[in-house]
Amino acid sequence: MKNALNQPRQLSLGRKMGRHWQFYVIVALPMLYFIIFKYVPMYGVLLAFKRYRVSQGIWNSPWVGLYQFEKFFKNPSSLKIMFNTFSLSMYALVSSIPLAVILAIALNETGSKVWRKSVQMVTYAPYFISTVVMVAILMQFLDPALGLFNAIRASFGKDSMNFMGEAHLFKHIYVWSALWQNTGYNAIIYLAALTGINPELYEAAKVDGVNKFQKIWYVDLPSIKNTIVIMFIMNMGFVMSLGFEKAFLMQNPLNLQSAEIMSTYVYKMGLINSDFSYSTAIDVVNSIINIVLILTFNHIAKTKNKEGGLW
Amino acid sequence: MHYKRKALVTDRVFSLVVNSFLFISLVIVLYPLLYIVSCSFSEPQAVMAKKVWLFPVNFDLVSYKAVFTNKQIGTGYMNSLYYMVTGTVMSVLLTMLLAYPLSRKEFYGRSVVTKLILFTMLFTGGTIPLYLVVRNLGIYDSRWAIILPNAITVWNVIIARTFLQENISDELYEAAEIDGCSDIRFLVSFVFPLSGAIVAVLALFYAVGQWNKYFDALLYLQKQALYPLQIVLRNILIINRNTPSMTVDVEAAIRAQGLSETIRYAVIVVASVPLLVIYPFVQRFFVKGVMIGSVKG
Repeated sequence: MKNALNQPRQLSLGRKMGRHWQFYVIVALPMLYFIIFKYVPMYGVLLAFKRYRVSQGIWNSPWVGLYQFEKFFKNPSSLKIMFNTFSLSMYALVSSIPLAVILAIALNETGSKVWRKSVQMVTYAPYFISTVVMVAILMQFLDPALGLFNAIRASFGKDSMNFMGEAHLFKHIYVWSALWQNTGYNAIIYLAALTGINPELYEAAKVDGVNKFQKIWYVDLPSIKNTIVIMFIMNMGFVMSLGFEKAFLMQNPLNLQSAEIMSTYVYKMGLINSDFSYSTAIDVVNSIINIVLILTFNHIAKTKNKEGGLW
Repeated sequence: MHYKRKALVTDRVFSLVVNSFLFISLVIVLYPLLYIVSCSFSEPQAVMAKKVWLFPVNFDLVSYKAVFTNKQIGTGYMNSLYYMVTGTVMSVLLTMLLAYPLSRKEFYGRSVVTKLILFTMLFTGGTIPLYLVVRNLGIYDSRWAIILPNAITVWNVIIARTFLQENISDELYEAAEIDGCSDIRFLVSFVFPLSGAIVAVLALFYAVGQWNKYFDALLYLQKQALYPLQIVLRNILIINRNTPSMTVDVEAAIRAQGLSETIRYAVIVVASVPLLVIYPFVQRFFVKGVMIGSVKG
């Protein structure tokens, strides 16, 4: 036993696995989960190339090649749906990161500890509100007759407005409510990165006589640059899958033309219209765009900065 | 001397900018929350007349009485508690069972396993294939359909693995191995007792996720008796918003509508209270989790 420990590299494959066979017992259950709920559904992707008939099952349903994909791309509203998804995600992405970074820097710079803790605690709180409640709050506040926003408008002598019914307002309402809800939470990671900055850098900056604005620009931001890039790429991974739950709840017939996104369309085609094959094909298109985006941005991040990529 | 004074001025401007920004952020986040709470405690007529701006007007508990006597909300609460507790226990256990072998270099094949699970982050079968799997397993329209299909989050596995790598030393593992401790025994006697912090973090992440989730229930549940709170809330707060009043008497209709407004605010408060009450106590764990998660690799 002790000899074997001293020369682990000379062990054969079978002995390496055999000595720690219990690891395989331990991972069996979680791996079973991944096989059943992640890998078996991947087999279901075949649906996208078939015309699914319940009685025949996935394998025996007739092949139709790329028919379902053609159907999607020939549909005049498809382009609009892809555009909605992409623009909504990008809007959310480019507004959420800078705001979270600014909040983190402000929290890091304020003198009083009590004040910092209080602001942090309050701005963090909405993160715990569920999506359903969040959308309900939006509807209460934006209600044409009784909502707070229209009460404020009325006090300035303006007419009441049906915010949720205006298609062009949908993405602003979506994004700004998300900023309200998540900025405090998103700031944590940058705040952590800021507190981890080597104090010597600040000393050096002080010797050079920089003021506080310059300190942020020349010390803080470059130090947390990698964290920002990683967060950006990670969020890129969710660009096309983003926000089903919230968008779905916010939809109504009036705003649908800008509120319909890939995931809500998949749900409607698949589970409401029961067109399983078509719905799966749209999901595949969605996944491919997603993968291409994340790989592209990771590549860009890596060419700009060796440490910048996610992998 | 002149230069120093200039620096002092910019620093003062700086701290003014910083603190005003923080103050504005505080007000923007806090005001809507206060407004909701105040409306829920106000007399319905006062809310209808738009008299509520900051504090409750004509303090009234009538909306809360209506909420607490609502059967659907009661069942939803109990169901959500059930899903949260059982789902969290199961998820944390499965996550730790996967993270522990992945944290040990003695586990031959760990890079293959890591790649297999990371791949599921990038590519999934999608909504319909998963739906068919759930149906074929015979767990459709049962409590299992809420707990099982999303039991493990890959991101949480990575967080747990990173924590274990950093907190359970190789020396400890080797010492235990020399003393004849098996891998399962090591998991039970060392890993779990030493992982209080990460178990707390995982439990929080999973519990919050489970409590706030509604889509799985929409996909996989038909029996109303199994509905979690979020589905009940969706029906009360979002779907039934614009149901026209059947009452002919205008006065009564307006009063009923006023009550339904304050009831909505009360429902929002009641539904959010459990997490908002515990979060100041769990905040540091959350911060810890996010920070472990941010470690690259």
